[in-house]
Amino acid sequence: MKLEVGYIDITDIQFSDKASLQDGVLYVDRDAITAMILEDERIRAVELDIAKPGESVRITPVKDVIEPRVKVEGPGEIFPGVLSKVQTVGSGRTHVLRGAAVVTTGKIVGFQEGIIDMTGLGAEYTPFSKTFNLVANFTPVDGLTAHDYENALRLAGLKMAKALGELGREVEPNEVKTYEHLPVMQGAEKYPELPRVGYVQMLQSQGLMHDTYVYGVDMKQSLTTMISPTEVLDGAIISGNCVSACDKNTTYHHLNNPVIHDLFEAHGKTLNFAAMIITNENVYLADKERSSDWTAKLVEYLDLDGVIISQEGFGNPDTDLIMNCKKIEAVGTRTVIITDEYAGRDGTSQSLADADASADAVVTGGNANQVVVLPKLDKVIGTLDYVDKIAGGFENNLQEDGSIVVELQAITGATNELGFNRLSAR
Amino acid sequence: MGKLKVLHYINQFYAGIGGEEMADVAPELREGAMGPGLAFNSGYGDEAEITHTIVCGDSFFNERLDEAKELILDMVKSVKPDLFVAGPAFNAGRYGVACATIAYEVLSQLGIPVLTGMYEENPGVDMFRDKLYIVATRNSAAGMRDAVSKMVPLSLKLARGETIGASAEEGYHPTGVRVNFFEKERGSKRAVKMLLKKMAGKPFTTEFPMPDFDRVPPNPAVKDITKATVALVTSGGIVPKGNPDRIESSSASKYGEYDITGVMDLTAETYETAHGGYDPLYANQDADRVLPVDILREFEAQGKIGKLHNKFYTTVGNGTAVKSSKVFAEEFSRKLVNDGVDVVILTST
Repeated sequence: MKLEVGYIDITDIQFSDKASLQDGVLYVDRDAITAMILEDERIRAVELDIAKPGESVRITPVKDVIEPRVKVEGPGEIFPGVLSKVQTVGSGRTHVLRGAAVVTTGKIVGFQEGIIDMTGLGAEYTPFSKTFNLVANFTPVDGLTAHDYENALRLAGLKMAKALGELGREVEPNEVKTYEHLPVMQGAEKYPELPRVGYVQMLQSQGLMHDTYVYGVDMKQSLTTMISPTEVLDGAIISGNCVSACDKNTTYHHLNNPVIHDLFEAHGKTLNFAAMIITNENVYLADKERSSDWTAKLVEYLDLDGVIISQEGFGNPDTDLIMNCKKIEAVGTRTVIITDEYAGRDGTSQSLADADASADAVVTGGNANQVVVLPKLDKVIGTLDYVDKIAGGFENNLQEDGSIVVELQAITGATNELGFNRLSAR
Repeated sequence: MGKLKVLHYINQFYAGIGGEEMADVAPELREGAMGPGLAFNSGYGDEAEITHTIVCGDSFFNERLDEAKELILDMVKSVKPDLFVAGPAFNAGRYGVACATIAYEVLSQLGIPVLTGMYEENPGVDMFRDKLYIVATRNSAAGMRDAVSKMVPLSLKLARGETIGASAEEGYHPTGVRVNFFEKERGSKRAVKMLLKKMAGKPFTTEFPMPDFDRVPPNPAVKDITKATVALVTSGGIVPKGNPDRIESSSASKYGEYDITGVMDLTAETYETAHGGYDPLYANQDADRVLPVDILREFEAQGKIGKLHNKFYTTVGNGTAVKSSKVFAEEFSRKLVNDGVDVVILTST
């Protein structure tokens, strides 16, 4: 599968009477976007706002972050099985509005959402302080259940990203990259000397605010399976979770999965990126056993020399991570795992909820319990009503001077386990 | 600010007195820098200066420990340095133990910033790595230049009370305290590089060595459950409605103790979960799903259990440090034992 990705660099975002994309400036028609969102009768109101890098703006609580993309050539559309028909994506050409993002916010179930600061200390920890963000703050109709509201919010964010992405269809990209994923036998014939490497991506699937969808399928109802990494770049995997915000993959993270990008970069030079496996992180032990059996089985079938395993979340999924690692090592395939840590605020506690000697190659995204003081910012998009209840917050953490004391946990994407950031710990 | 005053500790060998045959020499305070101290001083430049050196034989230190400590601490007190540097000791075992031991004494008794350095297999590392900063050096004095180049900046930071970065940045042996820092490359890139090395059988360094995991063997079966007092303990965050003690939704700093005398059933009006790590809807509808008070009341009435203890203990497991959990459990386990509880049903989520 061969996918050309054209990156259009976005250098500013503004509201305008007419939607367009000119010379890197994204003009957003606020009324049109609002009308589109309100087509969903579950949403009572939406406020649109803009947050740019360096501005004194705090967005909280954050539900999802999505990068605008559009399929220009080839089968399917962006976010297949969700916003468009189920059709295999990952080939042809896709345009990306690089540097732009849609951010969704609004009260969901009380606690459980993240913080994006566009400036100050917090901005150093979230990748979305560097993007030009169109932020939507939603209010649901009365009496809407949490599950329905999550669903409404998730779809609204994707629709907004799709609408913005559409503006890039005819625009000449600043950069075009080609990603090619070969059929197994062809890859083996083409690169006989190179180690066969796979990517095992663990997808969060623990229930409300902890779900991930693949071509529209709730991943907790799927067996471990395979996907072409180019499909992921076209939105085959989307996020339905944001709890705790630091180490959950937003849809933006999936679209820009750094493991996929870095394996593609090494592909044909130092390794043969032979396969990508996706598995879930369900809460029941039987599911954990079954899914990890299947990852090891697929790794063995595919005759892989090594795999990178990325986790999503912490605690309960630490068990899935260690099971995957242990079973894959047991079939003779070398592993590197990417995780993050919960070593306590003082850094002295045991970092993971499970461990095994075979997990001898670990990349860490840092200690999520580290406490940071976020300065008061001039403007809040969303509400501060929940900052003491979100994961990573605590009682009276909103200080009199307007600053907020939180653990990194509360910051969207801070300790991401796809290896998206440079943050680490020793 | 003038130059920082540094006191340097070395053994008889690095002082040029002699080898093993001279290891019995008693501690001696000399003015100025000598041996490796000269390299330190050139590294310190205008920032700091070794004004005095203490020389002590390795045998004297290790065999007459209390005497050596006392003599050396008196010397340190007389010099009143801003910083105490010992070694580096590389892989010299007794020298390493002496450097770390005396550095720790100076730090803990006198509150003066200290630094030493040695090779990872030096026994001084395992004895003192959680008590003071020990710079990682090569295994022989051929690594002197490298050791000094790490010890100079780190010792200056310590003397000035500046924030110390992670072990990988500063070059010290990991202390067991996890410290965040920004790497040069993103995590995925580091993972690809680590995998290439691992597949090729080349050495690589994990960013998180697996801990010895604390596995608890189950207790023997209860002899007669129909006579037993049963208590409920949960990490599923069940609390009285409104979460009166404000237990955090994640990374809990406390646990709750709640009386359930006369409570037959947990309802949506009376109980809820404080837990932020799972779909709370079902627990909020009926908290018995996580903390089965209703069933245990039935069992109590039917004589299937002796009785249900009138208090339950609860916290949130979500991202809560194992260390905190241990502290909570040690505290309420004692209460449970004192209250004559025979059985605890521990529920998670």
